[in-house]
Amino acid sequence: MIDLIYFSWIRERIGKSSESIETRAATVIELIEELKEKDVRYSEVFSDLGSFRVAINQELSNFDASIIEAKEIAFFPPMTGG
Amino acid sequence: MYVSVQNEFFDFSAEIKNFSENLNNIGALVTFTGIVRGQKSKTLDHMFIEHYPGMTETQIRLIVEDTFKRWKIFDALVIHRYGKLEPGEQIMMVATAAEHRKEAFEAAEYLMDYLKSRAPFWKKEVLKGEENWVEASSADEAALDRWR
Repeated sequence: MIDLIYFSWIRERIGKSSESIETRAATVIELIEELKEKDVRYSEVFSDLGSFRVAINQELSNFDASIIEAKEIAFFPPMTGG
Repeated sequence: MYVSVQNEFFDFSAEIKNFSENLNNIGALVTFTGIVRGQKSKTLDHMFIEHYPGMTETQIRLIVEDTFKRWKIFDALVIHRYGKLEPGEQIMMVATAAEHRKEAFEAAEYLMDYLKSRAPFWKKEVLKGEENWVEASSADEAALDRWR
């Protein structure tokens, strides 16, 4: 099981802040494709890869990164701290 | 290094006093405080800041460690708030202490540039009941090029 966590407008549009899933995806991009097939909310949120970022186990990652060791994957828009 | 991610208000004069009183031989102390705009212009009812508990603290510590590697500074402080903030309230502050001002200024700027685009915070502005997530600006991302 992998915990998916969503922040900001991604959380609002998907309608939940987290969920646990089973996946056969090996990389982030495969996981995104899997999610997009699940429901229209996901396909809308993840339609533009330039509009969001990903962190694997709380570390910023790339979309082609492996998720084999992932316990927690977070999706969020570009950060606006400071 | 002092890092705090908190909902509570902070008193920056007290924070600066605490930060600097145990440091020896400092010749320069630079501080920056970010404040929620719009207190007079009424362009904002309030701001809401969301963050990623756990990753936020780790990420800020990594940024501070990088700052230590790049400049000869004695110490650095980062306080960043989350939750509901009213116009005029402080959002965050950084402080850097060094022997000379150049290091202290540059280290503070570096910290600010990275906190803006690499620390997992997301700001939402609320005006007349309408909520809008603040979009990251390309200028903020471009600011990081200066340090590469």
